[in-house]
Order: sequence, then C-alpha cells, then structure tokens
Amino acid sequence: MADTSWIGAALAAARPRAVGALMRHFRDIDRAEDAFQEACIRALRAWPDNGPPADPTAWLIFVGRNVAIDDLRRTSRLGPLAEDHDVAVQPDMEGYLDDRDYRDDVLRLLFVCCHPDLSVTDQLALALKIVAGLSVQEIARAFLVAPKAMEQRITRAKRRVGAAGLPFETPSTAERTQRLTVVTAMIYLMFNEGYASAGGDAHIRVALCDEAIRLLRLLLGLFPGQSEVMGLLALCLFQHSRHRARLDRDGALVSLDDQDRSLWDQAAIREGRVLIEKALRKASPGPYQIQAAIAGVHCAAASAADTDWREIDRLYAALQEFDPSPVVTLNRAVAVSKADGPMAALAMIEPLSQALDGYFYFHGARAALLEELGQLDQARSAYQTALTLCSNAVETALVEKRLAGLDKKTAVPVG
Amino acid sequence: MLYSILIYGTEGLFDKLSPEAQEALLGKHRHLQETMRDKGKLGPFARLMPTTTAVAIRGGGKAPLVTDGPYAETKEALLGFYIVECDSLEEAIEAAKLLPLDVGTLEVRPVSWFGGEHLHAGA
Repeated sequence: MADTSWIGAALAAARPRAVGALMRHFRDIDRAEDAFQEACIRALRAWPDNGPPADPTAWLIFVGRNVAIDDLRRTSRLGPLAEDHDVAVQPDMEGYLDDRDYRDDVLRLLFVCCHPDLSVTDQLALALKIVAGLSVQEIARAFLVAPKAMEQRITRAKRRVGAAGLPFETPSTAERTQRLTVVTAMIYLMFNEGYASAGGDAHIRVALCDEAIRLLRLLLGLFPGQSEVMGLLALCLFQHSRHRARLDRDGALVSLDDQDRSLWDQAAIREGRVLIEKALRKASPGPYQIQAAIAGVHCAAASAADTDWREIDRLYAALQEFDPSPVVTLNRAVAVSKADGPMAALAMIEPLSQALDGYFYFHGARAALLEELGQLDQARSAYQTALTLCSNAVETALVEKRLAGLDKKTAVPVG
Repeated sequence: MLYSILIYGTEGLFDKLSPEAQEALLGKHRHLQETMRDKGKLGPFARLMPTTTAVAIRGGGKAPLVTDGPYAETKEALLGFYIVECDSLEEAIEAAKLLPLDVGTLEVRPVSWFGGEHLHAGA
C-alpha cells in the first residue's frame, strides 16, 4: 500500500484557506469546520487512488461546500438530493477563487479569533483549533488544562465570537491594516506561549512555535509587502533556531552564553537573515524588525564572546524610539554591560527600580550586575527578591543556581 | 545530455509530515543522489527556501523594479531542483522516479547550458 501520510499533511496545509473560504460561504464557524472535516474524509477516500487534485485547497472548498449544502437539503427536505460527487468532483477550479479572496478569508478567520472579549488564552486556543487545526487534546496539553475544560472553553469562545457577529463585509484598506496588526500580535503571543514558558510538555511547546511560524509564513505569502510581518517571522525563526539548545537534559533553561551553538538550526537562521535583508530594503522599520535584527546579531555570533554588543546596543536604542518601555531599557542595559561594563549598565537600570519592582527579570539582571561588580551582599538580596517573583520552576532553578554560586564565592576558604 | 529535475509542490507540506515520513522522503532524495553520484552523473542540486523569502525583479520604466513577488499561490511552487547527466530522456525519467512522487509534481526539463564553480553546500 502506498504511503498516504502526505494526504494528512496536504489537508493540514490547506486548512486555513479552506476553512476561511467556507466560513465566508456559510457565515458560521462550526458549519465551516464541519464542512472542511467532511471534505477531508472524502479526500482520504479519493486521493490515494486518484492522486491529489491539481489545486487541493479549491477541491476541499468545493467539496466541503457541496456536502454541507446537501446536508442542509436533506435535513430540510428542500429540493432533490444532488448526485453523489464523492470521487467525481474534479471541477476546473481555475478562477474559482482568486488570491484576494484567500487573503481576506484567512485574515478574517484569524481576526475573529482575536475578539477583544476573549482572554489571550482563549484567543490562542481558538486560533490553534480553528486555523491551525490542532486537536483539543493538544491545545489542552499546551495550556496545562484538562481536555474537557479546554473543550468547554473553546465552545464558549466560539459562541461568544459568533454572538458578537462575524465581520463579513470586505474590509477597507485601513481595516485590513488594523486586522493585520491585531492578528500579527496574537501570533507573536502564540509563539511566546511556546517559547517563553519551559514548563510542561516540551513537545507541544515546540509545536506552538511551529504553528506560529507557519501562520506567519502564510500571512506573509498573502501580504508579501508587509515588512513587520517579515520582521516578526524573522524574529520567530531566530528565536526558534535555538530551541534544541535552550533546555538541558533535565529540562532546565540554558542561558544564551552557555548554549551549545552547534545545536542551533542554521537553516532557520539563514531564512531569518534573508527576511531581515528583504525587510530592510523597504526602509520602513518597526519594532518587530528591530527585535529580529537584535536576535539576528546573537545568531550570527560564533560564540557568546564574539557577540557584537555595540550593534545590539544601537539596535535597542532604535527600539526605544518605538517602544520607550522600561523593559526595553532593561534589555539594552544587558548589552551595555557587555560593551561598557556592569557599572554603566547598573546606572542605566537604577532609574527603573520603581517601574519594574515586580518584574522577575529586573531583579535577576540587577543581581547579576551587582555580582559582577563584586557587591555580593547586594547581589544576594536582589537574587532573593527575584526568587519571590519567579513564575515557573525553570526560573526558580536558575536563580537558586546563581545563589549557590554566590555562596561558593563568599564561603571562607578552608585550609 | 543534461537534464534538470524540477520539484513542484505545496509549500509547508513537508513541515506537516511526521518525522518518520520526512525521513522516508529525504531517504529517497539521498538514494537519487547516491545513485547518480556513483555513476559520476550528479550535478548541482538545491532545496529552495520558501517563496516568502523571494523577491521578483522586473523591467521597470527607468530602473529594474524589485518587488516582493506575487501573492502566494495555492498551486504548486518550485521547491527545488537537480541537474543530472543522462544518456536519454528515459534514463532521466527513471532517475526522477526515485524521488517522492506523492507530495508534488516533478518536471524533467533538458538543460540548454549550465556552468558554475563548486560552492560549499548549505553556506
């Protein structure tokens, strides 16, 4: 028997466009998902023998639409039953849908998931379910909740979005831009959900990052001129390129300095680099592009010592123009400490102490700078503050390790 | 005669395959490479990055126009290619058949001319 695993992959690849088009057709999320599901069942029956159709996405939309219409007829006894188009449907799809339809359909599908009434988790869960096609079990695992609870959450979220009314009219240019901004931010959160918290099932967390990258590639394919989408895709590729080096065998976080750089995914780094170069040509900088450029400098360094910290400092200064938040300054201070020493960095972050008092990374970074300056008692106190602000076991372990290192430094040498 | 084997397919499909299916697919590529290399008939081959990384260059009014290329096609994109030396079209077709056939479409197109120096793969 021929290997048919490619069919599953083809169905998954077609899903966002197909469900987006079906949702426009039926004006209903559930009906669109069901119709796509039905079309997939027919594809699994027809494609192994016939091979894939020339345009699988159009095939799935066409079949899904017809199957759902037949169902409607059957249940409402309207008109005669259409003939069975199980295998026969191989219509000429040329011109059936043009890319402009896909563009707005996919954007709309992602945009309805970003409904402001929904919590961030619900937005991400909805997007992972409807757009990416992840199973409820997988999504539940990603957010560390029981599958049943996740199922209820998704159902509730869908009802809420449906009740609010789905935006079906063709968006104006301004609306399209606004939708793109909202959707891009949501995908960034999806990536971070997978990237930032190392707790739980590492496998599913990598899957979240993969899905975010896939959605960004899709969006960029539909909106090829968007330099910020390019920037965010590059940023995610750079960050994700390190995923094999970020956790040690026990699942503990490995700092950038200590990572085995031979484990970095060079293909992802190269793709990110090309995207940044492409975006730069547009001379329309934005925060995602600058963050990507910063991540790119890290990725270009053969070792931690080879990192071009001056360039990173410059890029953070540019980022501050867009985002004058204390967190950006804190990150810049890390670059300054490498380029100009811990004293200069400490001076940069002292004014932030009030704004970032409840922020784990502030106290962690401050502690490391104090430690570097040899002010061990103050460093200890800062680490202890950081310890009270940890949000997961990986962070706790990291701080405890640093505290233990301090103890060794301050211990009275014996003999 | 030199032939190119052009590989068309849906972008992103490979990434959705299971690791085992990916390995099986790459195994077929390695098989083609080894078979042709053993005969001394393997030319350059390449896997292309996604089309989102591409730019299009067209003749403009005064200066060439560099754009981000067309909107993403749902139809197949050029994913990669081989250049092989074969005695006949038949042999080129047989070589192409070593590649995975269910994830995309292959095109065998004779090469008019080609040149180049050896580059470090993957650099």
